[in-house]
Amino acid sequence: MTRYLLRRSFVLALSLIAAGLALFVLLRLLPGDPAAALLGVGATEAQIAAARAQIGSDLPIPAQFARFMTDLARFDLGESFVTQAPVLPEIGRRLQVTLPLTLAAFLLAILVATPLGILAALWAGDWRGTLLSGFSQLGLAVPVFWIGILLVWVLAVNLRLLPASGFPMRGWEDPAGSFRALILPVLTIALVMSASLMRYVRSAALDVLGSDYLRNARALGASLPEAIRRHALRNGALPVISVLGIELATTLLGAVVVERVFALPGLGSMLLLAIQQRDYPSVQGVLLVSTLMVLLIGFAADVLQRLIDPRLRERGRRPGE
Amino acid sequence: MTSPLAPRRLSVSRRALLGGMAGSVLLRVGLSSAQAQSADPAADPDAVIRIGSLYEPQNLDNAAGAGQGVSEAFNDNVYEGLFRLTDAGSVEPVLAESHEVSEDGLTHLFTLRPGVRFHSGGALTSADVKHSIERVTAEASRSSRKRSLSTIAAIETPDELTVKITLSRRSISLPYNLSYVWIVNHEAKDLTSTADGTGPYRLADWRRGSALALDLFADYWGERPANGGAVFHYFTEAAALDNALLTDAVDLVSSVQSPDALAQFEGDPRFTIAEGLSTTKQLLAWNDRIAPFDDVRVRSALAKAVDKDRLRQAIWGDRGIVLGSFTPPTDPWFVDLTAVNAHDPEGARALLAEAGHAEGLRFTIDTPNYDPHPITAEFLKAEYAKVGVTVDINLITANEWYTKIYQQKNFQATLQEHVNHRDIVFYGDPDFYWGYDDPEVIRLIADAEASATEEEQTEKLRQANILIAEGAATNWFYLNPQIVVSKVGVSGYPVNGLNAQFFLRGVAKA
Repeated sequence: MTRYLLRRSFVLALSLIAAGLALFVLLRLLPGDPAAALLGVGATEAQIAAARAQIGSDLPIPAQFARFMTDLARFDLGESFVTQAPVLPEIGRRLQVTLPLTLAAFLLAILVATPLGILAALWAGDWRGTLLSGFSQLGLAVPVFWIGILLVWVLAVNLRLLPASGFPMRGWEDPAGSFRALILPVLTIALVMSASLMRYVRSAALDVLGSDYLRNARALGASLPEAIRRHALRNGALPVISVLGIELATTLLGAVVVERVFALPGLGSMLLLAIQQRDYPSVQGVLLVSTLMVLLIGFAADVLQRLIDPRLRERGRRPGE
Repeated sequence: MTSPLAPRRLSVSRRALLGGMAGSVLLRVGLSSAQAQSADPAADPDAVIRIGSLYEPQNLDNAAGAGQGVSEAFNDNVYEGLFRLTDAGSVEPVLAESHEVSEDGLTHLFTLRPGVRFHSGGALTSADVKHSIERVTAEASRSSRKRSLSTIAAIETPDELTVKITLSRRSISLPYNLSYVWIVNHEAKDLTSTADGTGPYRLADWRRGSALALDLFADYWGERPANGGAVFHYFTEAAALDNALLTDAVDLVSSVQSPDALAQFEGDPRFTIAEGLSTTKQLLAWNDRIAPFDDVRVRSALAKAVDKDRLRQAIWGDRGIVLGSFTPPTDPWFVDLTAVNAHDPEGARALLAEAGHAEGLRFTIDTPNYDPHPITAEFLKAEYAKVGVTVDINLITANEWYTKIYQQKNFQATLQEHVNHRDIVFYGDPDFYWGYDDPEVIRLIADAEASATEEEQTEKLRQANILIAEGAATNWFYLNPQIVVSKVGVSGYPVNGLNAQFFLRGVAKA
């Protein structure tokens, strides 16, 4: 296992470096001059030249890359072209919104989707199963921003139960306010996410329910709930976990839309604004950090699968290990 | 060509330069609403005003490319200038107690108001003023006013409270241009994330992506504001901003950009809608350098072909006003020129025939791909079709517009909105993207800047204004309304929002 972890960590580091390189190149391939975009209509050539020198976009691309990589090695993501503030602390502040939002929505979705998915599998073929599948199809078909707008309209604007948008000025120093601010966005993401998760749980459960080992367990006298608890959950969890990893990563990146609808100062809204303003250091920083998180999620999902499934461990083991 | 209308003379007071310019400049809707009302006697002097805005500052320094959001939050609130551009469009002194100009107009002597303190405690001195102006004109400055202040040759500080500015040529707009210059403490560090001004409010907190809070500055030299502070809440989505007002998360929305959004506030007794005069002019610019737009008959014909009022209604309903030229009513040289080249499809056909285009004309309109331009382009296409002109619509992004049109001047006609105040000067620059080149207009605009008095400047620019209208230099359509929606009980806010400013000191909340 230790050896596996080392090997897997090495792959993780390599992926991160490759991602950094790709990001750097892609951003420079974009048309348009960030200095001109910063200054807008009416800027003089001298102003634009001064701005280029200030933000370093006048340097040749290889020099820019060298600067980028050395800074990165020191965990310095640079300073925003626009705000002139360091990018990393800003990302840290934004994560205080995006991480709780994503994780809470993720947990809620698992809590909702797992039992519903199993029920849908158990009821497959009867009207209750059809109803549940219908709901999950509906959840998949509806765009997330629309659900957000609908929830705001009903729960915030009309019923006045929750804030429509925004995040407290003092952030988590105002825990009650922050918590209330996140309820609607969390619900929005969780609704959509559980709809798709439910489908995976259902199909994994169907596979397991039709398997020989479950039939054997029943034949040996185990009740259905007991057989599910002892045999089906673990086996059914394997494909779901890899999907969960992907779902979590997608949600993290997809928070852009929800953060915008709810005016939340998260990572997604930072990225969107930075792209509009051609603020390369901020775009780069956000993408690097989110790439890192996605890679870590994949890493965690792999390790988790290995812990659950002894067959994976056996296969990787070499003689003498 | 003679003008079909006798230009109306406007009253502009002698003291226009140093303040108190009569707001009589046709503020038809502007002054009727909130700004003109005196504060509600039931108002709470300690109430914190919560403002919803779409314009978060990019940083806090207007000489470092902070954008319009920082003008909204800071101009006259946190930072004051030697002069102030009032909401009615006049210029009045603030930190300058007196202003003397030499006979040749090249030496300006400003005496500073005594007893003014910065938020950090120090007293305002001439060194701060010198530093503040030089910050804007500096090499690295990203201020939009850098160019207009380029006539400044030297700044001297003969004593603590005297500033002497020497110009390389006359510039009657100096006080106006100085109204854009914040007076900052010359010892202040890092103005991109902190602030140190002389205004009635201090920066209390700024959370990027979320909100910016201002509280009262106890040692302010002037009158205490009618409120106890303000918080600007920032949104990126107009719908989220409107919801914030609907759910009582903010007290007012500083600028409603979408006509459709107004429907939910109209007729709701909880809200007041104030309509002021913006400076956002919607227009179709011809490339006046090239055929057929180098022919005044073609430009006039195309102007006559468009029913501007119907276009304004299609976009804004009852709001906004039709334009006859490039100047809005808040510019001192405004003249109502809507009768020049008024809607007349028959006349348009005749003029086109006279110019040799009896069998029709075809051209492309480069259309920015965001509202309201695509709809406007379709409207124009239909209007022009009625006089035998075929239009091709080419949608482009804002970036493409900047490169293709503004820089390369590679276009036939383009839709655009111009937001600046007092920007008729663009017609005095034949190298500007639309390339209008009328020697008389260029001379008038250059002479206006060298005027000895504001009256002379106003008169010259008024003449230039009439000439560009008669020359159909551009097809100006309408002026966007400036709309502030507030909760009932909130009063005293500025309605025109000139130069994106939002003066807080008069705002009261019951």
